[in-house]
Amino acid sequence: MSEVVKFHFLVDGEDFTSAGQASVQMKKSLRQLGISPEIIRKLSIAMYEGEINMVIHAGGGEADVLIYEDHIELNLVDRGPGIANIELAMQEGFSTAPDNIRSLGFGAGMGLPNMKRYSDSIQINSKVGEGTQILMTFHL
Amino acid sequence: MMTVREMAERLSMTPISVGDTDRTFDGVYIGDLLSWVMGRAQSGNIWITIMSNINIVAVATLTDVACIVLAEGVTLDENVRTTAEQKGVSIYTTEMTAYEIAAALATVEQ
Ligand SMILES: Nc1ncnc2c1ncn2[C@@H]1O[C@H](COP(=O)(O)OP(=O)(O)OP(=O)(O)O)[C@@H](O)[C@H]1O
Ligand SMILES: [Mg+2]
Repeated sequence: MSEVVKFHFLVDGEDFTSAGQASVQMKKSLRQLGISPEIIRKLSIAMYEGEINMVIHAGGGEADVLIYEDHIELNLVDRGPGIANIELAMQEGFSTAPDNIRSLGFGAGMGLPNMKRYSDSIQINSKVGEGTQILMTFHL
Repeated sequence: MMTVREMAERLSMTPISVGDTDRTFDGVYIGDLLSWVMGRAQSGNIWITIMSNINIVAVATLTDVACIVLAEGVTLDENVRTTAEQKGVSIYTTEMTAYEIAAALATVEQ
């Protein structure tokens, strides 16, 4: 398999009830490709956290998954408000989620830490007023 | 190893959504904060929660828990229930508290 397998998803920022669909769909596709269950679990959870963050904090965005021979790249891009202090945002428990979101069980401030935990590397680029890009890689 | 269905029968829990109930379970995770669940729950766990919104279906799918048990008599809106059924996520409800469920599971799990 020398060809790169690519997936692209639009994450709708308006529709909170369908949030997470891209990750669930991705999980299915990875299973069809014969990726190991452990990697599928890590990647789909990390993607879900990113997807929910784009919906809650950034008004939606886009997700790309690129499957190479020995690793997978997960790239999340949004044009939301950006993250002013990335180091702070990465800390467990830090959250700016509003009350209505917290009542749904989000806002524990564990999403970014989970993305870090489940990926083999994570790179966050963000500019206040412009948006956020998060690139995660997973070794196969 | 006990299946999800056997466990639910032993604890007299009410099925709300029926998925693969022949699946065996291993261990329990209790929590309502979804990112905690995603960070800590293990594949095959029984997940006990009082959360009932649509997002629990995706969380159960992605963490690959064996089933969800809703504590304290929590139920689901019809659209959440049908989504869970479509995704094959088993969900039960019971009047027991999370503590009572976990205590009961500790005796059946051995
Ligand atoms: N895409 C994003 N755009 C703007 N801000 C973001 C984005 N992602 C995260 N943040 C900021 O970083 C904080 C921490 O994110 P994290 O995912 O760890 O926690 P949370 O989303 O608040 O809660 P949880 O993920 O536990 O439900 C958020 O509260 C928000 O302020
Ligand atoms: Mg989050």
